[in-house]
Amino acid sequence: MTDTTFTRRTVLKGTTALAATTVFASPIRAQAPAPSAITPALIEAAKKEGKIAFYTAMDLDFANRLGKAFEAKYGIPVRVERSGAERVFTRIGQEYTANIRAVDVANTADAAHCIVWTRNGWLEPYLPEEVAQHYDKAYFDPNGMHITTRILVSPIAYNTNLVKKEDAPKSFKDLLDPKWLGKMVKGHPAYSGTIMNATFQIARDLGWGYFEQLAKQKIMQVQSATDTPKKIQLGERAVMVDGAGYLVIRYKEEGAPLEVVYPEEGTPLAAGPSVLFKGSPNPNAGKLFQNWMHTREAQQFLVDWARQYSAHGQTVEKPSVRPLKDIKLMKEDPAGVEKAADDVKKRYAAIFKV
Amino acid sequence: MTIAVPAELADRRTFKFDMTWPVMFGFMAVLCVLIVLPISWLVYYSLTAVDPVTQARSFTLDQFRTLFSDPEFVDPLITTVIIAVSSSIACCVIAAPMGWLVARTDMPMTRTIRALVTASFVTPPFLGAVAWEILAAPNSGLLNKLFRLVTGAPQDEHLLNIYSLPGLIFVIACYTFPYVFVLIANALDRIPSDLEDASAMLGGTAWDTARRITVPLALPALLAGALIAFLQAMILFGSPAILALPAGFHTMTTKIWSLFQYPPKPELAAAASLPLLVLTVILLRGQAMILGRKGYTVVGGKGAEPRLIKLGWWLVPAALFVTIVLMLPVFLPYFALFNAAFSPIATTLVTPFNATMHNIYFTFFELSSTKVALKNTFLLGAMSATIGTLLALVISYLTARQAVRGHRVLAFLATAPIAIPGIVLGVGLFLSYTRPPLVLYGTLWILLIAYITIELPAAYQQLQSAFKSVHPELEEASRMLGASRLRALRDVTAPLLRTSVLATWCFIFVSTIRELSAAVMLFTSETKVVSVLIFDLKESGDLGAISVLGISMLVLTFIVVVGVSRIPGFGAGTRLRNT
Repeated sequence: MTDTTFTRRTVLKGTTALAATTVFASPIRAQAPAPSAITPALIEAAKKEGKIAFYTAMDLDFANRLGKAFEAKYGIPVRVERSGAERVFTRIGQEYTANIRAVDVANTADAAHCIVWTRNGWLEPYLPEEVAQHYDKAYFDPNGMHITTRILVSPIAYNTNLVKKEDAPKSFKDLLDPKWLGKMVKGHPAYSGTIMNATFQIARDLGWGYFEQLAKQKIMQVQSATDTPKKIQLGERAVMVDGAGYLVIRYKEEGAPLEVVYPEEGTPLAAGPSVLFKGSPNPNAGKLFQNWMHTREAQQFLVDWARQYSAHGQTVEKPSVRPLKDIKLMKEDPAGVEKAADDVKKRYAAIFKV
Repeated sequence: MTIAVPAELADRRTFKFDMTWPVMFGFMAVLCVLIVLPISWLVYYSLTAVDPVTQARSFTLDQFRTLFSDPEFVDPLITTVIIAVSSSIACCVIAAPMGWLVARTDMPMTRTIRALVTASFVTPPFLGAVAWEILAAPNSGLLNKLFRLVTGAPQDEHLLNIYSLPGLIFVIACYTFPYVFVLIANALDRIPSDLEDASAMLGGTAWDTARRITVPLALPALLAGALIAFLQAMILFGSPAILALPAGFHTMTTKIWSLFQYPPKPELAAAASLPLLVLTVILLRGQAMILGRKGYTVVGGKGAEPRLIKLGWWLVPAALFVTIVLMLPVFLPYFALFNAAFSPIATTLVTPFNATMHNIYFTFFELSSTKVALKNTFLLGAMSATIGTLLALVISYLTARQAVRGHRVLAFLATAPIAIPGIVLGVGLFLSYTRPPLVLYGTLWILLIAYITIELPAAYQQLQSAFKSVHPELEEASRMLGASRLRALRDVTAPLLRTSVLATWCFIFVSTIRELSAAVMLFTSETKVVSVLIFDLKESGDLGAISVLGISMLVLTFIVVVGVSRIPGFGAGTRLRNT
């Protein structure tokens, strides 16, 4: 009997053969792909395909704006599928194991996903020219499997109408103070890639005991890292434990009473890489989009509008966003997350009951 | 009717072959595929596990052991039962007096009241849950803000907390009570006044009459209503998915859904689905037993109009009661959604100074999934309604007329899906159609199958009772004149059933549009529907876009329903009494 459920093991088994033949046929791994420029031929081929499916964990507003900017430039509409990174990952897994090829380019907030996708042989190697020339080496795969589109931090933040500056928490430890009982909101690692990485890093650096204590604080649990900033913006809760720092900054600059706190213990960090899928329905449009998304133009848009960090060497930092080098960061470890993801979800569910 | 009988076949009187048997077997086969296939996969998966080394499936009870010992599953099971019992009771307590007021008293504007109850039925439970979040979130909720404004209470005090077990029960009851209300109001409508007159003439007081005649006659409907409310609350996914997580607990449906997170555990999900299925079957059997003993034949042709009780001064509290009840599922939530649609921040009141069109612009011009989701939703709604109605029509004919042997099997198969919660069916269909020979996952077909299966029992029951109301002698006359069964059905019975058929079509259409639990298991990005889109938007807290989508969905639904009831030949003035 053939079994088409998509446990990690069956996926591996099912794709090993495919991966093996690919490796032997053309030794991709041994040789990095030549950097590709955006050529008129690529644009032409992409226009013929006429559309692109982009699965992403970016905040909805920016993802759709990015899509519209691409459409304005090349006339190719981008269909944005936004949900939390862990749900994007689940969805792509479901679709691929059911032999559905619907996604062209995916952008996650959990770099560990790229490890699994690469191992499964689902990715198309592609290295845009600008990435090879201007990107920080730490933020792209030399084999062209994945490129970090955006770098995220998950700081603490609070609503300044509800919390005075001098009372604001300064560290994760401060959040255990009884005065925050029932006043905090938190994202969930089973839905959000940012929160998955943040949870992994906090548990590693502060121990799971920290979460056990935090759980006693009557946390309001939401799914996405992009929802926690909205909940403190509404004033539904005073403090967010984790979530998309970039949204807090954007809302603040739009006039919301919000303030970011980079915790003393260090701020969790998550790279948000993008990948191109092998055998995708619109391969050329996918390449064009993957290429364009990492050009200076698109990256500067990301910095200026979305207030996220770019790994592109030529982008100019936004003055209102504290530069990464000035923030004490927790260490990112995608390989560690990949191994521990299941355990993290299980322990988290046991501690927070959801 | 579009059952295709080639004209020359039907007209040739010498050709006597009755098409009933092949049709009957065809339908039985279709029903088996629809129902038996997914359930078989569920049972198979729940009892087997894949050996990590050999990749072979072998028998195991591990899943069930986990299910009944691990607090991770036991807690949601208990929570689900608490929710179902409480919201069922709440529904009956509210719907029974309201149904009585509308059907049996001289309460004015009863038509409007019924229409507004229909509006609360058309509102998807998850949309209602989002609206109530905007209203009654402890700190940012509009009602809590109002409470603080009026009482001068400090910032962290609140009147209502929707992120709680009672909050969830309340929201579920809000959108389940229409089922109970319709059942009770219709039952009370049908009780002929001669029985009550008899009681009055024999010297019974109004109270005696109510106690001895009206209440016992309405009791089966109340019982059926309580059961439906219980089942609906138990299998509901949308409201718990939106409110349970922030409140810090799981129900069975949200737990089953979470089992599909990577790496998915379909075996455990299948096992977790089965208690819902078994509980549903037991309850339905129980209902059949109780109702079976108390059979009242009150529908005897056109009885006299029911006697309306004069409310007098009681009208004031009665009207107040009805207004409050309608505020909760309809007025307040739609006020909240309208506010959120035009407000820069969902929980800030709209004023002429801060009103914005941004959410509308964003939803229709920037959000790229809006159009495809709207298209899929209305396509699927129309197709499910059309195919589902046809299927139910033929099956109910065969069973109501006892046209063939084995009609009981057919009746059972058509009613069976009522025992399958949407999320369970979703899991079953996912297991069935992600493998050869029929790889339907990723297409609209799998959603179509899910919707038809889910809505078939209700459609069947509606049409079956409609068939029973048309006396067979008319068909017999047609048959004696040489028409085949299908011809008699088409030319005689179908025209008499127009209203019911139309009501059934609309019922399926509306139910399809508000369906989330099966769709959330079965959609892919290409086959997204509005309910799933709203659910995704909820994940990231985009309340403005949700409000715009929710309102447009409601408007479009009303346009379709009104449009359909205006189709020539279907008879104008049809009202959705059955929904």
